[in-house]
Amino acid sequence: MFETLNLAIALPELILILGAIALLMVGVFSNSNVTKMLHISAMALALVVVTIFIIFTQGSEEATAFFGSFYVSDFTKAFKIILLIGTGFAILMAIEFKKRENFTQFELPVLMLLAAAGMMVMVSANDMATLYLGLELQSLSLYVLAAIHRDNVKATEAGLKYFVLGALSSGMLLYGISLIYGFTGSIGYSQIASSIASGNANEIGVIFGIVFILAGLAFKISAAPFHMWTPDVYEGSPTPITAFFASAPKVAAMALLARVSMEAFAPMGDAWQQIIIFLAVASMALGAVAAIAQSDIKRLMAYSSIGNMGFALVGLAAQNEKGIYGLLLYITIYMFMTLGAFACIQAMQKDKVSLTKISDLAGCGKSNPFLAILLTLIMFSMIGIPPLAGFFAKFYAFLAAVDAGLYPLAIIGVVLSVISAYYYLRVIKVMFFDEGEYDHDPMAGELKIVLAASSAVIILFVLFKLAVDDFMLQAAAAMFN
Amino acid sequence: MAVGLGAYLSVSACLFIIGIFGIFINRKNVIIILMSVELILLAVNINFIAFSSSLGDLMGQIFAMLVLTVAAAEAAIGLAILVAFFRNRNSIAVEDINALKG
Repeated sequence: MFETLNLAIALPELILILGAIALLMVGVFSNSNVTKMLHISAMALALVVVTIFIIFTQGSEEATAFFGSFYVSDFTKAFKIILLIGTGFAILMAIEFKKRENFTQFELPVLMLLAAAGMMVMVSANDMATLYLGLELQSLSLYVLAAIHRDNVKATEAGLKYFVLGALSSGMLLYGISLIYGFTGSIGYSQIASSIASGNANEIGVIFGIVFILAGLAFKISAAPFHMWTPDVYEGSPTPITAFFASAPKVAAMALLARVSMEAFAPMGDAWQQIIIFLAVASMALGAVAAIAQSDIKRLMAYSSIGNMGFALVGLAAQNEKGIYGLLLYITIYMFMTLGAFACIQAMQKDKVSLTKISDLAGCGKSNPFLAILLTLIMFSMIGIPPLAGFFAKFYAFLAAVDAGLYPLAIIGVVLSVISAYYYLRVIKVMFFDEGEYDHDPMAGELKIVLAASSAVIILFVLFKLAVDDFMLQAAAAMFN
Repeated sequence: MAVGLGAYLSVSACLFIIGIFGIFINRKNVIIILMSVELILLAVNINFIAFSSSLGDLMGQIFAMLVLTVAAAEAAIGLAILVAFFRNRNSIAVEDINALKG
């Protein structure tokens, strides 16, 4: 009995959850002042680092735990490490926010840890019940995080909007799961796949189920046409929370989407490929066009992240090993770019009040050239200019699409990527060529660390790729064993 | 006369659609949105139970219990966020959720 339970392979998740509960206790039983909060954040950060190390020490062979409902391979390990790195940087950015706002709610890093645990369960899910459990642990933590600045009208409104649309998407996902369960008779990924492949399942019913499940997951990755919550939530939440929303949950939901569609629905490849292509084209188009009219930089980043999800979905639509590799590479690079961009946005503050208009960046090129140059590099990377990281991300995603014979998709992607260059270039233009008084507060140390890590990955990506390429290729191959 | 699977699925599909429209058409009050979310989850539960009974498989009933539990947690968090919103705006009318636009 204990062999099938196999607790050891779920050790990273267990450590993270137990640690988060312990930190919750520490927070409850200690008096609340800002120093205490910073200690809890530091411990949360240490816990994330420990979890990453435990994942590294695990073997690379595939294994399942909890009677086959929890699955570990190189693929899940790679995604978990990336999402934990994103969580760690978000916790670091939240420390600056707490110091500045004298924020005494200790739950902030704890909720981030619980959300990260939920994301790890999502990545490792091997049946629909585990998928739902992980997704809800993540979503419920994120709803509270969006509204954690509870005296702020915008933050609570963002939380409310996120909650309503998130609950709707969970409902659609569940309805799809119930249809899949009914028409295939099981909830395990591999049993679903074999039931579909054997022809016992009612095909129309299964297609309905797939449509609902993909619609629910598209909400979570904010792919168009299910993106409407994204700009509002990104604008309303405090900047470190927005950075968190834009990084780790996207990684986890993308991994989950890849696992569900490539494992459970593998025999229905043609059916879901059409849906993914539609989502990819719609997201890339919306991300390229709708961001042009924005004056708030957080809303601009929201549309940018919608567009980036479209580019990542191009890799998934290819349905081959190169596509999964492209997806993994894209989501990694996207996460580092977006964290760097949000570190710059969080640094835009005057007398401890954060500014979010693009015009607030005017004059930055003269008075703070270092920050301006790093933000310029991040924007160039988002556009996809070689030799910065963003170029390789898009290159491998489109290469996979071409390999799979999806020429129109690759061409549409390249064209829309050029259109989206307009608004990234506008940010650069405002920084260097617009007249303005840029006398913002100096950048906090925590933000400098995040920005330095992000710029290092973006600028030295060629070296970074040499270091991690083998592992990423293994991770992509693990999906096809 | 036994009621067939199709009847249960139709009821649940109707409840699901009512839930979806309750969220999108409703212009009054956020509580109604929360009720619609519950309606969607209950429609899913009817689906699970009906399929479980017709397949002779227990997993659907276990899943329904899981959904009930998570729905309770979700309602608690939704109401908590709503209370925080009400303290800031003194209103829970849908038309007053308008601070974020662009």
